[in-house]
Amino acid sequence: MSLDPKLLQYTSTHEWIHFADRPGGVMTATVGLSDFAIHAMTDLVHIDLPEPGRGVQAGKPFGEVESVKAVSDLYSPVDGEIIEVNMALITPDPKTTFVNLDPLTHDPYGIGWLVKIRVKSGGQSELFDYATYKKQCDEAD
Amino acid sequence: MDPTLLRTPLFDWHVAQGARMVDFAGWAMPVQYTSIIHEHTVTRSAVAITDISHMGRLRFEGPGAAVFLAEMLTRRVADMELGQIRYSLMTNDQGGILEDVLVGYYHDSYGQPFYVVVVNAGNRQKIVDWINVHLPRERAEVPGREVIFTDLSRLWAMFAIQGPKSVEVMQPLVNIDLQWMRYYRGTRVQWLHPGAQRQGGIISRTGYTGEDGFELSVGAEIAPAIWQAILDQGKPFGIVPCGLGARDTLRMEAGMPLYGHELSEQINPFEAGLGFACHLVGYDFPGRDALLRIQKEPLRRVRIGLEMSGQRVPRQGYPILSSGQLVGEVTSGTFSPTLKKPIAIGSVAPAVSKPGTELQVDLRGRAEPARVIEFPFYQRDRRRV
Repeated sequence: MSLDPKLLQYTSTHEWIHFADRPGGVMTATVGLSDFAIHAMTDLVHIDLPEPGRGVQAGKPFGEVESVKAVSDLYSPVDGEIIEVNMALITPDPKTTFVNLDPLTHDPYGIGWLVKIRVKSGGQSELFDYATYKKQCDEAD
Repeated sequence: MDPTLLRTPLFDWHVAQGARMVDFAGWAMPVQYTSIIHEHTVTRSAVAITDISHMGRLRFEGPGAAVFLAEMLTRRVADMELGQIRYSLMTNDQGGILEDVLVGYYHDSYGQPFYVVVVNAGNRQKIVDWINVHLPRERAEVPGREVIFTDLSRLWAMFAIQGPKSVEVMQPLVNIDLQWMRYYRGTRVQWLHPGAQRQGGIISRTGYTGEDGFELSVGAEIAPAIWQAILDQGKPFGIVPCGLGARDTLRMEAGMPLYGHELSEQINPFEAGLGFACHLVGYDFPGRDALLRIQKEPLRRVRIGLEMSGQRVPRQGYPILSSGQLVGEVTSGTFSPTLKKPIAIGSVAPAVSKPGTELQVDLRGRAEPARVIEFPFYQRDRRRV
């Protein structure tokens, strides 16, 4: 079940974030990479994601994604702590010993999500709604 | 797109296809149409066509052309047969590599012989200037030894048709039997297509992919028609247009050097593994005396291939380590679509250059294991040709 990209918020560095209130008043967020970024990179070959438990800071890299042509940092939109990592993107296929990044390439708002973060109040990157983000991308393209 | 960039005759076609256009050595060139991996894979399994009209093509003719080129290139030219093509270098007075070239010897429709030297887009002006310095009027106009030098680069488009189906795709479009054309041979041909307007061109069995294939020189005005004719012929074989992105991954798998990466004025031919392209006896060319001296000295570094065990990709400039000690650097790196793992070409100290040697590449602060392997990373099954 994919999230509706129109309902997500975006950083200028092409991460999307979806906030969810959890029982007990804990704010969590799912973070992924926008379809625009994935299309711009194409040919993704590797992704590096942090271990659960690691702290992240808004605007600071928490991992990297690599295509045939180039490597890009992944930036956290918020301060917080990694509570879950999308294992599908970092578990090698036992037969090929190769990580299959198709979920990220084909469904970045669904099974291709990257990490879940327990959000701490404090720092947050500037976030844009879908229309504003899309306009920025169209201008950059 | 920067409007000051040079455009090949296929520019409008690339844009109409939705290709991603980039500035490559001052030219607006397609880096990819769909996916680099896809374009790469189709080149290996079937056939693909690439616009390489940005390459510089320099023509030399006249009774003094052979000797002049012999005195400019590191490799013998005077003994070339008509239709032969050779890989060669040009070096500066210190023996540093100015450029790597293909030199071909052809005859025109009147039977007059001429040479074409193909140079990299990014080096074209430098080489034209270098030639002009060495070919002043008094040299070019010696009676009986005249040399006529023409830069054809903007007059002719150039295409690479590469892949195991290249012969089948190209055969119906030319008036010669391609099956018998040997590797590193070329000839003038007639294009058998109404769009060619009875013009001829040059076809050679050369390439930069490690596959069988051809490179074509086609008049700029008929280039879009010939390009389309090749795509039409190639359709049953699944031909795709291939951008410069896949051209780069293909040449890396084939272990072929690229100027600005493996080659530069700071590297001599022996360090680059290109000693075979230097004939140091016979004609005197710039850098020959330096190379005669360098040849006797121990190598400072060696060009090697590296295979990574992880999935992170080494890139140009990354340090190569042996047990934590800096021993060299990566000159090119990519993810190999054929081997499905990252590969790199590097320049290292001779002591750690033997195939099988375990090294590390410093990937942005993290050293990851790499093994020296023999070139090329990929070799086609030659029985298919």
